[in-house]
Amino acid sequence: MTMHDLTNSYPVDQDHLRRLHARLERDAQASDLLDIAYRTVDSAVGPLLLAATPLGLLRVAFSNEDHDSVLQSLSLRISPRVLEAPTRLDPIAQQLDEYFTGRRRSFDVVLDWSLSQGFRRTVLEHLNTDIGYGDTASYALLARLSGSPKAVRAVGTACATNPIPIVVPCHRVIRSDGTVGAYRGGPAAKRALLDLEHG
Amino acid sequence: MKAPFEAVVAGHGATVWRVVRAVVGHADADDAWSDTFLSALKAYPQLPADANVEAWLVTIAHRKAIDITRAASRRAVPVADTPDSPAGERADAHDLDLDAAVGALPPKQRQAVAYHYLAGLPYAEIAVILDSSVAAARRAAADGIATLRRTYPKSPRNDR
Repeated sequence: MTMHDLTNSYPVDQDHLRRLHARLERDAQASDLLDIAYRTVDSAVGPLLLAATPLGLLRVAFSNEDHDSVLQSLSLRISPRVLEAPTRLDPIAQQLDEYFTGRRRSFDVVLDWSLSQGFRRTVLEHLNTDIGYGDTASYALLARLSGSPKAVRAVGTACATNPIPIVVPCHRVIRSDGTVGAYRGGPAAKRALLDLEHG
Repeated sequence: MKAPFEAVVAGHGATVWRVVRAVVGHADADDAWSDTFLSALKAYPQLPADANVEAWLVTIAHRKAIDITRAASRRAVPVADTPDSPAGERADAHDLDLDAAVGALPPKQRQAVAYHYLAGLPYAEIAVILDSSVAAARRAAADGIATLRRTYPKSPRNDR
């Protein structure tokens, strides 16, 4: 008898492992050990990775950001206690679905701002509260709203590194000449979101 | 660089299930697996980044299996097998012979067999887990396998 033989004598049923995983998700949540829960959802701008801490929604990632490296980075910066545990993301998944089908104009979820510090966070918080659905603003206007009218370039960086795109609407910040400008999810995704909101 | 814990579950979940299935048996395997991974999740941030994750998981599983076996023996009441027991409905009922054969091994042999032949750990690691010498760990596994060859002669199915 070899290792291979004995291993084959214990066949593992993938459905059974999924049930054990689901139990681990529940146990981890109940024991306050689920530091980061994540899931992926399909959307009009491709598959989105959603990640949340017990404090709130931490990260939304487009498919052009490699989801494995996003999770690796969250593991290093926040906590390695990371599990694919969809339940915590159910409310935001549903709201995103409503948004993409034109039935929702603002998001009602608590945000975890841990990935944004200092001026970048100030910029994103203004963006989140001051620029509504269907509206657009220039980088210069957002710099003025954030209290640093000369920091246009820093505002651009804050938008480009927004950890919670779509929900924190950096797609609504466009260049003064009216062109859409850069976007974490790529210019096509930015255009699609603006078209959706102007539809 | 330490991977997100989900990668640990995905990479080692099946192996840990086989190990606890062999060590504690069918009835307690799910509890042992769940206790092992919950405990591992709790301790994971403190695990050194270069640690052998599988040996670490087997070490936790070993302790959880001991806890479960102790608790089971405290509440054990001998009962006759009921004739309408639902064993026939279990998809893996054909493994009952193996469960019986592995379950009949002395604990040290059962553990050494599981940790070497199912988890693939070297005897130096198994010796640490069993708190024994390397030679004793190697002998326990060899004795266990020799007994299984006799008591579980059914050759593994190759037709899958």
